[in-house]
Amino acid sequence: MSGHPSTYEPKYAPTKWLDQRLPIVRMGADFMTYPSPRNLNYWYTFGGILTMLLASQIITGIILAMHYVPHVDMAFESVQRIRRDVPFGWLIQPMHAVGASMFFLAVYVHMFRGLYYGSYKAPREVLWIIGCLIYLIMMATGFLGYTLPWGQMSFWGATVITGFFGAVPVVGESLQQWLLGGYAVDNATLNRFFALHYLLPFVIAGLVGLHVWALHHVGQNNPIGITEKTKKDTLSFHPYYTVKDGFAMVIFMLIFAFFVFYQPDALGHADNYIEADALKTPPHIVPEWYFLPFYAILRAVPDKLAGILLMLGAIIVLFVLPWLDTSKVRSNRFRPVARKFFWIFVFFCFILGWCGAETPDDMVFTVGERMVDGEMKPMGLNFTWLSRIATFYYFAYFLAILPILGMVEKPLDRPDSITKAVLGDKAHGAAE
Amino acid sequence: MTLNMKTALIAGSVVLVAAASTLAYAAGGGGTGDYKMEHKHWHFKGAFGTYDTAAAQRGYQVYREVCASCHQLKHLSFRHLGDKGAPFYDKNYPNPNDNPYVKNFAADWSIEDIDGETGDILERPGVPADKFPAIYPNEAAARAGNGGGLPPDLSVIVAARNGGADYIYNLLVAYNAKKPADIELTPGLYYNPVMDGGKISMAPPLSDELVEYADGTPATVEQMAADVTEFLAWSSDPKLEQRKATGLMAMLYLSILAILLWFSYKRVWKDVEH
Repeated sequence: MSGHPSTYEPKYAPTKWLDQRLPIVRMGADFMTYPSPRNLNYWYTFGGILTMLLASQIITGIILAMHYVPHVDMAFESVQRIRRDVPFGWLIQPMHAVGASMFFLAVYVHMFRGLYYGSYKAPREVLWIIGCLIYLIMMATGFLGYTLPWGQMSFWGATVITGFFGAVPVVGESLQQWLLGGYAVDNATLNRFFALHYLLPFVIAGLVGLHVWALHHVGQNNPIGITEKTKKDTLSFHPYYTVKDGFAMVIFMLIFAFFVFYQPDALGHADNYIEADALKTPPHIVPEWYFLPFYAILRAVPDKLAGILLMLGAIIVLFVLPWLDTSKVRSNRFRPVARKFFWIFVFFCFILGWCGAETPDDMVFTVGERMVDGEMKPMGLNFTWLSRIATFYYFAYFLAILPILGMVEKPLDRPDSITKAVLGDKAHGAAE
Repeated sequence: MTLNMKTALIAGSVVLVAAASTLAYAAGGGGTGDYKMEHKHWHFKGAFGTYDTAAAQRGYQVYREVCASCHQLKHLSFRHLGDKGAPFYDKNYPNPNDNPYVKNFAADWSIEDIDGETGDILERPGVPADKFPAIYPNEAAARAGNGGGLPPDLSVIVAARNGGADYIYNLLVAYNAKKPADIELTPGLYYNPVMDGGKISMAPPLSDELVEYADGTPATVEQMAADVTEFLAWSSDPKLEQRKATGLMAMLYLSILAILLWFSYKRVWKDVEH
């Protein structure tokens, strides 16, 4: 699996026998001794955290599927039954629902980490693209899963999202009907959403395998972005990173447990405790928090199709990022200017999330009033315009700032090796 | 920059937890007119909060004698009333089907069934395993009996409203609020500042002394509203007490594990410059 020379020596007759036929123990042993850069910080623990979350989602999900009924007349009730009558259902159900939020929280940190340290640059383009693919399928899985409890937000969220496909020119309407299995979100939709929601996590698991394979083939990036040169630059994955990842995982589990046990509904929406009603539209249809930035991009333009293209573009641009960033320097540690633009980018991602949660015509702030058509209207910045500014920066960051900056920015001096950087850092007293 | 990123990580976690804790309050509904939502101190709030059993028991009485003339509890069975953490739990009856209170409450309702011999439809007294029956035969009948409005199911009503228990309590006590001049009421509608738009189809359901509490508690509107809200909060989240108790152990376990792993980490990395 990995490029480093195997040090595994089978000790016993059965393991020797197996090693010649299927070197699966060797693969595991090589995985555990994989030479990792010695300077990985806590931002590099999120890969392990995400693997843990995927396992947790699959296990809790399979148990839920044993009790859940994908039928429009019974779905809502079956979730209630899980929470009231199924042994430990009161624990499994919120673990799965909160787990989805935690999964996205961790994946966003993981992606920002990759952006900051230039983990997408050669030779890690394929590693990055597989990651983007995982994220895309995660979004689909999250959306499909949110439909299953068949609450008001489930139903209307599904109606709005599948409505996007109706905006595709010429084939839109047929495409939408094909996806829904009918003219509107109904039993056929719920059934196929359930089937796909069960399928996609295993596709993700397969892609995670490829992601780790690619990672071990090209080697891990690290906070200084300098490829490891000697054995001194690296440490065996076990015990060094198993213990560090393990510590980080437990800290993350504390946050996870806090939500599951004390605020299980904080990340959801009250309307989803109302059973789906096709005749009653909720006053505000809001997606789950992890989709809010994209929802804001979607609503930033008045045209539906343009909004959808813009939202898709916001994800597609991530796939081609390795070829947009022209800088040869990976880590933002040595790119003082790019670093500032990066933090502005993070800031605007939060702004987009805020815009997605608010009503577009509401005001962010007002500066006095103005007479419009005989009515006094507040003047200032509304959320539509704020989301336009943020959307502009989102795209400008990838399509203009990163390409241009790579050519004009003068990076700081970089250390020759990880070992040198480690000792240099020590000298300046900045541990870790 | 490492330090910066680390600070960001810690700050991020703190903000996340703080945001979640305040979210429930922030989400509290505003209401119309001058009405100010009263934020009550509920017994079940906080990390160690449990349901006030006496209040929830009185709340069931209010539900049975007042609310149940229009509102169903369709996700509940009578036996749920005697579950662990439920208002009528009795440790002498670990199986709620044996709990005498639960049996009596069930028998107090009439359940539609089929005669096994003749196949005729008959009415029989409820047993703990029965679900709370529907109040109306169908939706049209429910609307016809309530001036076009549909009385919502109350099983998860506290979870289904922004503001939760405060919303339900205020809705029940806010009928006396002064109606702003710009709200026009058609017959069958009442002014209630807690509702979106200020209009509600439900007539003021509570009045002083409407029920007679066995424990002698004066049955004021506020008391009955608080009691029935306590009961409905339990109905929305019946496993809250188990969840918090398990949560405490889980948090403790994870904290100890985190400390052990921290020292393991320090030990393993002791001689490694990084």
